[in-house]
Amino acid sequence: MNQAAPADALIEVRNLTMAYGSFVIQRDLTFTVKRGDIFIIMGGSGCGKSTLLRHMVGLKEPARGEVLYDGISFWGVDPDERKTIMRRFGILYQSGALWSSMTLAENVALPLGEYTALSSGEINDLVSFKLSLVGLAGYENFYPSEISGGMKKRAGLARAMALDPDILFFDEPSAGLDPISARRLDDLILELRDSLGATLVVVTHELASIFAIGNNSVFLDADDRTAIDGGDPHKLLAESREPKVRSFLTRGES
Amino acid sequence: MAASDSKREGQPGIIVGRPEGGSLSITLTGNWNIANGLRSADDIRKEIESDSAIRRIVFHTERLDGWDSSLLAFLVRLIEDCASKKIEVSRDGLPRGVARLLDVASAVPEQKDARKEAKRKPFLSLVGVATVDLWRSALEMLSFIGEAFLAFLKLLRGKARYRRSDVALLLQECGAQALPIVSLISFLVGLILAFVGAVQLRLFGAQIYVADLVGLGMAREMGAMMTAIVMAGRTGAAFAAQLGTMQVNEEIDAFRTLGISPMEFLVLPRMLALILMLPLLCLYADLMGIFGGALIGIGMLDITPTQYFNETTGAVHLTDFMGGLFKSAVFGALVALSGCLRGMQCGRSASAVGEATTSSVVTAIVAIIVSDAVLTVIYNILKI
Repeated sequence: MNQAAPADALIEVRNLTMAYGSFVIQRDLTFTVKRGDIFIIMGGSGCGKSTLLRHMVGLKEPARGEVLYDGISFWGVDPDERKTIMRRFGILYQSGALWSSMTLAENVALPLGEYTALSSGEINDLVSFKLSLVGLAGYENFYPSEISGGMKKRAGLARAMALDPDILFFDEPSAGLDPISARRLDDLILELRDSLGATLVVVTHELASIFAIGNNSVFLDADDRTAIDGGDPHKLLAESREPKVRSFLTRGES
Repeated sequence: MAASDSKREGQPGIIVGRPEGGSLSITLTGNWNIANGLRSADDIRKEIESDSAIRRIVFHTERLDGWDSSLLAFLVRLIEDCASKKIEVSRDGLPRGVARLLDVASAVPEQKDARKEAKRKPFLSLVGVATVDLWRSALEMLSFIGEAFLAFLKLLRGKARYRRSDVALLLQECGAQALPIVSLISFLVGLILAFVGAVQLRLFGAQIYVADLVGLGMAREMGAMMTAIVMAGRTGAAFAAQLGTMQVNEEIDAFRTLGISPMEFLVLPRMLALILMLPLLCLYADLMGIFGGALIGIGMLDITPTQYFNETTGAVHLTDFMGGLFKSAVFGALVALSGCLRGMQCGRSASAVGEATTSSVVTAIVAIIVSDAVLTVIYNILKI
């Protein structure tokens, strides 16, 4: 590590190399996510954005390098300690990933039942509150197959927020949503950051979202197989020396 | 419709002109429609090969009635051929749309390393790859069985985390809902056993022993095995499909990142349900089979119901039933394990779910037959 991490660093990714077997997807990724950031992981299709997210949340072990949360190496500690770190995460998966055999209320209630000693009445109150936060009040007894894609995403968000996590991960939140729903989800994300004080890591290639919510970023490139730039997206648009980044941020117009 | 249209407007045609001053003129006629088939460029190729002075090809399309991608495919081939012989192909005479599409098609040069190697790998390398794969899948299977066993121990200590309501639902799915198909299959198996036995035993006038044959056959062997095979196709495959779909939808990832073990939450209830339900189904199948045999005995062989009943109770002991029931519990664990294993191993696409389902049934049936053979030998040694 050649530079000291800032004091308010929450997540540090150091020299992370991701690979499937001998096929390297991205190598030597190094970046820092500060507390309260909305950090965007961006790049073209197939460059490994979602894979990077999977490495950060513990679904895949890095080939080399490490991910640190508050200075603690995620993959260096034993599984029990890793679980304690994971309890701070809330994750919204690309498809929502709601458990299909459970109602929306049961989906949100499961993490609460697992990790808290609340009574079922208290859990029900919390579940209703979380669902109303994402605009799904009254949908408690619906199954995931009975609601639309946008609603699934929002219900997934309610589940991700069940345990009031301080780090929220989003995997392409606006993918497959119409512009208005996408915009509403962006507003919701901003609102959550401001009211909960959470730190957000968002994988996306939606320019509107990137500029609307992001204040820090890393840009992954599929050809170079590493991060070629990073920082505030607005600054990147104005100042990036990488033609690929400028081209990406302007839909290929520069 | 298409055929009559093309007849009216004319089949696609190529008229190759006389080469003049190193230039070959080609007139395209008729309606170049995919429905009329693709034309080959053999005539033109022959002409080019016969006259090495040709340096340029020009097109005339005044008599062309219509065109689609069949004309483009023809032209692309021709242009490639000509490029290799350093012959220029003029696009001036072509319709504007055709010329533009040709430009679009050649805008991005072919990615040289994108084409997959069609070359056959050497035999030894294929054997090597297959061996490594086999080794890896054996390790995966062993570690899965190990994890399942640990989850089971946790269950016995009362520490496993799963939803009781899931188990209840699965019990119903694996038990009551399987009754119709198990009834049919085991009834018919009993009937078939009785038929086969009757033909032979009648030769010795020993048809009463059909009752022994059917009773022992069902209780010791066929009841457990047939139920297990039905359940492998019915429930094991369903488990693989359920877990596979959950894998595709990232639902299993969602469990993992929440710190909930999919082994305890998903696999354990399924194993419990099958291990508990299969012996019950097996007992039911034994009785249905014996009933099927009795129908043949009474209906065809003139044995009275009382005789048949007495003969069966005399021949089949409780240990025979117990042996079969124990087998069925083992089969239940194997069917659940192979269904869940293949489901959890499932890739992240819809076709992978189909493969997982097929593979779970194959794995389960192989496991059932092999373990049945092992258990039968052990029973024989223990004189059960």
